[in-house]
Amino acid sequence: MSKLQDLMGWIDHRLPVTVTFEKHMSKYYAPKNFNFWYFFGVFSMLMLANQILTGVWLTMSYTPTAEGAFASVEYIMRDVEMGWLIRYLHSTGATFFFVVVYMHMFRGLMYGSYQKPRELIWIFGMAIYLMLMAEAFMGYVLPWGQMSYWGAQVILSIFGALPVIGPDLVEWVRGDFLLSGITLNRFFALHVIALPLVIVALVILHILALHEVGSNNPDGIDIKKYKDENGAPLDGVPFHPYYTVHDLVGIVVFLFVFCFVLFFFPEGNGYMLEHANFEEANGLKTPEHIAPVWYFGAFYTILRAITFDIGPISSQLGGVIAMGGAIAILFALPWLDRSPVKSWRYKGLISRINLVVFAIFFVLLTWLGTKPASGLYQILGQVGTLIYFAWFITLPYISANEKTKPVPERVTG
Amino acid sequence: MSNDGVNNGRRSFLIATTAVGGGVGAVGIAIPFVKSWAPNEKAKAAGAPSKADIGKLEPGAMVTVAWRGKPVYIVRRTDETLAYLEGDAPAPGLKDPDNTDKGQQPVYADNFQRSRKPEIAVIEGVCTHLGCAPKFVPEVKPQPFQEEWFGGFFCPCHGSRFDLSGRVFNGSPAAKNLNIPPYSYVDENTLIIGVDEENS
Repeated sequence: MSKLQDLMGWIDHRLPVTVTFEKHMSKYYAPKNFNFWYFFGVFSMLMLANQILTGVWLTMSYTPTAEGAFASVEYIMRDVEMGWLIRYLHSTGATFFFVVVYMHMFRGLMYGSYQKPRELIWIFGMAIYLMLMAEAFMGYVLPWGQMSYWGAQVILSIFGALPVIGPDLVEWVRGDFLLSGITLNRFFALHVIALPLVIVALVILHILALHEVGSNNPDGIDIKKYKDENGAPLDGVPFHPYYTVHDLVGIVVFLFVFCFVLFFFPEGNGYMLEHANFEEANGLKTPEHIAPVWYFGAFYTILRAITFDIGPISSQLGGVIAMGGAIAILFALPWLDRSPVKSWRYKGLISRINLVVFAIFFVLLTWLGTKPASGLYQILGQVGTLIYFAWFITLPYISANEKTKPVPERVTG
Repeated sequence: MSNDGVNNGRRSFLIATTAVGGGVGAVGIAIPFVKSWAPNEKAKAAGAPSKADIGKLEPGAMVTVAWRGKPVYIVRRTDETLAYLEGDAPAPGLKDPDNTDKGQQPVYADNFQRSRKPEIAVIEGVCTHLGCAPKFVPEVKPQPFQEEWFGGFFCPCHGSRFDLSGRVFNGSPAAKNLNIPPYSYVDENTLIIGVDEENS
């Protein structure tokens, strides 16, 4: 026994390092037929690490007060060594985080990764997504530019539409009679301490729940049905070293794209860092055009799509309900899909067309969220909202009744 | 046999009461954290009244003053404007021309001009839809957002439209008129916003 093995033995008697590594890495069997879409989970983790690391560094130079915030961001950009790079890593990282999370979610939709027995994985994932939206919203307030201020003003006012508690709730969240330094201060605390802790905890739960039931795959079949004499799935490979090395290749390619945007389009032509935000917050003057950052576009469009009163429900409350419902209904997905097969490869033609239409309209809704809500944009937004909800509402009927293809016994490569 | 000497009824009772006691404690400890988010003393103090000098305000012009950090618009309306406001509203009409929501303006502003003195309008520049500051659009001419326009406010965020008394037009996302803050005149040319009584 070498000294190193002795040391490992000593530790393993006190802390289950080897057992844990084997359970989650070297003896965790992942299906061997993972494709392109299976990179986005690890990319999300990479972006989370990037946000935490660069975020910690940003707090070292940032001032969370209404008087100092805007100037401190300029200071980071101009005076702090490499400050511009760390800030752009954080702001570009936010955009890429949402890109890869959306791709990761779409993968789940295609291959039925939310279906039994993976409902909890989906729920935890949706909780992460919800927390991520809160995190991104509060993070965007911190530079205290015009769009930070007025974007937050609009989003917080949305909750004022809730009956009875609305106005008091908004005042309580702001901690003031208007959006002020008090709000900025608490958003800073939530953005850098509370929500990251929650998100990291949820990511751990997401992965623990995944490793309990095993990963799904593009065929949506259970690889544990056929095992070799050692009990390892015939269609699985150990996550380490096979997928760790495989994912590293993906990460390198991903970083090429990431760095290209980071170095050449850090403002994303106003979609990632909006032009109005280069002006300091002014509570007396609203910018000409208020638009959320792109990753909130779809839900913002749904909010604005309700322009009419529905019985006793005002258009404003209706919009809030539609937006809340659009997010809430995603949580119910595992119980809405009643298909006997998981992967869309073996679902019927209607299911496949519907999913593509749904995805196209989600992208359209996202784009419309950055445009003014008038004329054709308004009508498209309403049509898109209708299609968004129609997909969920028709899903139980279509998935339960359509003819599916026979599912293979073993993965198809 | 293993239950010898164990009083299960008492055990359940103790577990239940301990859980209830712990629950009450958890709610209790949450109170200071929840209360800590309410507007603090400094924020309440910042709600102090604001003074505005309107001596140099030309007819048809507007000044913006900050009260509690919100924009408050002060407009000196012309006689033509007041005539428009008293008469029938241009198409598409107003949602609430008669100030039915009494909480939205002080009693002394519960009239068609929604002000103490007819010509001086004092209006909170906070859209009742989602809180943006509506733009002052005084020109009497057709606007891209409304064909018949006798002057008023247009919110750039979501397109709500208000007349020069702050009353909301039909077809706007906002459901309510703009709020009128409490205010009074210190003298002929000085307004104090946030104080109801005259000459106080």
